[in-house]
Amino acid sequence: MQQAFPGIQPSGQDPDFSAAGRPPWSVSQLTLHIKDLLELDPELGDVRVRGEISNFTRAASGHLYFTLKDAEAAISCVMWRSDAQRLRWQPEHGAAALARGRISVYPPRGNYQLYVDDLQRAGSGDLHALFEELCARLEAEGLFEDDRKRPLPQFPRVVGVVTSPQAAALRDVLDVLQRRYPLVRVLLSPSMVQGDGAPAQIVDALQALDARDDVDLILLVRGGGSLEDLWAFNDEGVARAIVASRHPVVSGVGHQTDFTIADFVADLRAPTPSAAAELAVPDRVELQQQLAATRDLLAMSMERRLAQARQVLQGHQRSLQRVSPRTRVDTHRQQVDDLMRRASRALAYSLSLRRSGLGALQARLVALSPQATLQRGYAIVRLAEDGDVVRSAGQVSAGDALTIRVHDGEFGATAQDGTTGAAERVSE
Amino acid sequence: MSNDVKDLSFEQAVGELDDTVQRLEGGDLSLAEAIALYERGMLLVQHCNDVLDAAELQVQTLDQPDSPSEAR
Repeated sequence: MQQAFPGIQPSGQDPDFSAAGRPPWSVSQLTLHIKDLLELDPELGDVRVRGEISNFTRAASGHLYFTLKDAEAAISCVMWRSDAQRLRWQPEHGAAALARGRISVYPPRGNYQLYVDDLQRAGSGDLHALFEELCARLEAEGLFEDDRKRPLPQFPRVVGVVTSPQAAALRDVLDVLQRRYPLVRVLLSPSMVQGDGAPAQIVDALQALDARDDVDLILLVRGGGSLEDLWAFNDEGVARAIVASRHPVVSGVGHQTDFTIADFVADLRAPTPSAAAELAVPDRVELQQQLAATRDLLAMSMERRLAQARQVLQGHQRSLQRVSPRTRVDTHRQQVDDLMRRASRALAYSLSLRRSGLGALQARLVALSPQATLQRGYAIVRLAEDGDVVRSAGQVSAGDALTIRVHDGEFGATAQDGTTGAAERVSE
Repeated sequence: MSNDVKDLSFEQAVGELDDTVQRLEGGDLSLAEAIALYERGMLLVQHCNDVLDAAELQVQTLDQPDSPSEAR
């Protein structure tokens, strides 16, 4: 500023002004001095003002410009976008309002103005108070309790979505569902999500889904906006419809930092619509990894079972070998061999026994045989008629035919008369 | 066990798969039973993967009971 208007620096040419004894200020210097005065005042640094809004404009930048006035006076007001975003209502021309902020100066216009950081609707429109009151009441009823909240199904088949069909929030939800778990069928129950009619429509949309038995869970979502935009989600009717729902409700309203009563009573609160969709369904990629792990587990179990079976089999095999008839056959074969050996030994023994017995008999036989006697010159005389051996002379009558046996043959003879002794001699 | 794996929904298949793994790990099965369970389990895994691969999101819009102007 000082550089912009060097020409109007006090020149000291005018005697009336130079008489003050101090060089005149530039406009900028003066303005900054006033600005300092106002900003240093403790009262004006944090002031609350009641008044009626007029000349309300919302700039493209999002900042709000308006005038607060009463019957006697008016003051310019500005509300930066960052503060305006937190408003839960739509300020408009003629509305009674309660502003809070600090007084300062806008040097380019020489304007002092109220820099508003909070603007509430005066009187019945105090949304903060409404919000707090409803919160307290529902909380006292136990509607915020965690143990009232139901678990979500692990694999939902039908997901109801309550939101505006035009909303970006719906697109976000569908994108997430398609990416994570496209197995679900989405039932969109359309509703306005801001404005005066929104609460009733949200209730209807929730009830339309609740009337169906095939719905597994409901997503109640709305994208970011001012607190005013989200106000339908602080409606008592909406809160009670969520509580009454047979199906679990996941809320995803606004941004991370926005909390609505719908969030408090929902079975699960998600920070955003996308997050609500993510919490509602499992992730396909994770499921595929789990399936791969399950397949490995199956294979391992089977391998273990097979190994166990092999072990049992080997055990049986060993047992079988122990009781195998082959073993018995081998045993028997050996027994047979033993018996054979014993038998042949016994046979040989008995043969030798008999052989030696035979020799003795033969010797005895030889000893008893008359042959040797015959060889010594004796003869055996038999009656030819009946073959009787003649042992006595009385057996023989004259004329009897006799058979004489000597050691090397026989010949016939005829008896003559004789005496007992003579006959004996004759026959010799 | 005799029904066709292909007719099972994803959650049915996953549920049966869990049971199958548990039974197979639990032992006390004849070898024939174990083999049958294993083969069934592998079919279930394949079916689940097929379902995941083939799925396309279906979106249906319910009739609006009230138009905005009729909203209570």
